[in-house]
Amino acid sequence: MDAPNKQMPYFSALFSGYRTPKILVLTLFYAFFSLGLHASGDEHATEKGHENTHTEEKMDPGKLIMEHISDSHDWHLWGHTSIPLPVIVYTQSQGLSVFSSAHFNHGHDAYKGFKLNEKNQIIWENESNTDAIYDLSITKNVLAMFLAVITLFIIMISVARTYSKRPGQAPKGFVNIIEPLILFLRDDVAKSSIGPKYERYMPLILSIFFFIFVNNIFGLIPIFPGGANVTGNIAITMVLALVVFLTVNFIGNKYYWKHIFMPDVPKAMYLIIVPIEILGVILRPFVLMLRLFANITAGHIIILGFFSLIFIFGAMSPGLGYAVSPLSVAFTLFMSLLELLVAFLQAFVFTLLTAIYIGMAIEEHHHAEHH
Amino acid sequence: MELVTPAIGLVFWMLVTFSLLLFILKKFAWKPILTSMKEREETIEKSLQEAANARAEMQKLNQQNENLLAEARAERETILKEAREIKEKIVSEAKNAADEEAKRLISRANDEISRQKNAALDELKKEVAQFSLQIAQKLVEKELENNDAQKALIADQLTKLDKQQKATA
Repeated sequence: MDAPNKQMPYFSALFSGYRTPKILVLTLFYAFFSLGLHASGDEHATEKGHENTHTEEKMDPGKLIMEHISDSHDWHLWGHTSIPLPVIVYTQSQGLSVFSSAHFNHGHDAYKGFKLNEKNQIIWENESNTDAIYDLSITKNVLAMFLAVITLFIIMISVARTYSKRPGQAPKGFVNIIEPLILFLRDDVAKSSIGPKYERYMPLILSIFFFIFVNNIFGLIPIFPGGANVTGNIAITMVLALVVFLTVNFIGNKYYWKHIFMPDVPKAMYLIIVPIEILGVILRPFVLMLRLFANITAGHIIILGFFSLIFIFGAMSPGLGYAVSPLSVAFTLFMSLLELLVAFLQAFVFTLLTAIYIGMAIEEHHHAEHH
Repeated sequence: MELVTPAIGLVFWMLVTFSLLLFILKKFAWKPILTSMKEREETIEKSLQEAANARAEMQKLNQQNENLLAEARAERETILKEAREIKEKIVSEAKNAADEEAKRLISRANDEISRQKNAALDELKKEVAQFSLQIAQKLVEKELENNDAQKALIADQLTKLDKQQKATA
């Protein structure tokens, strides 16, 4: 976990007066591919060589990236500094235990019969204990989500206040940023996908969009309070998808259910069509869950991967590490900009599909009434 | 596999957070924001509609004014024309009437004059006859105071008559 931080000098080299004209970036971009391909072949050999001499400085980018994109019981800031987060554990035998994650000492110590495994999960110190552990800790992702949501509250409530202060007047200040987004979601997402009854679902649509968008953006900020992979966590996307699933099936009208269980096809086809339709009902939110999770996680992995290149090459020889660093930064920057687009795009796609599913569920088939 | 295994704690906190988010933002942000937006849009739309209506109304009024003006102008023209005609008629009528009156007066005056003249002549004749009788009476009385004179007179008269007869013959 501390492995990347021992390479700190590289970071200072990266950020000291780095300025590259566009053409140079492009040149480096193309140069990178030949270099990168060449390097990947040598990687394993070099790593094996280092294992014998400097086991302490061994660099494992896979592990580093996995640690960054998964949840954690403390929030790593820099070097050996991290914020310990509260651990809340419920077990049948011990009831509710609340304590600071600092007691675990980054997985080195056990506390109250619990310890952290190598995947940062809380397990029994006595591994033969099979009692179920319900870990409700305020983890890094939970805290990051809280911070993002509080930010969202502050922004949106202040925007609402601006509106009530200036009724019927032109937008002003921060409203200018939020209003186009809300208008876009209202006119081009909700109104066009749901139809005339869109107003009822606007709070859900807006909440989903801004929750995903703000968390995506926070995830792109490399330092505290950003950097957590909240929307790239399957639990978060699962709950979001669950909300959509429940909403769509709860509001579904008789045409929606008729389309699933009694579609307008010959009765003999029901054996095939009905299971497919039922599968579709489950699959739609499932794909929503996976798409957001995969896109955001992939973005984090790619950015961290490009950054790790510095340390992979640095492990081979420091000179190579320095040489690769501008390239790596340039490409990380490029990816970060792309991720900014993805942050919006994924929030938009999730919201648009939600609106479309809601529209499908409440659509009125007037022609069907005559039959 | 760890990546795609949802952690129960995160699911729990996400459920709590998202429910709160939905509830709080719905009540304190989305409703006021959407209502204000809608109100503002309606205000703008109404204002635009009103402006368009006002413009149309103005145009209509202008048109009406122009029409009225044109009508008034036409009416004035006709009135003036009529007045001119009436004036001419009155003047000519007055002239005719005056002419006739004058003629009538003149003819009446002429009649009167001739009547007066005849009357005067008749009067004069009567007077002259009277005077003549009186003179004749006086003359006869004087002449016939003696015989001689009567005889002389008759003679004289007879001569005169003779002379007259001779003159006419």
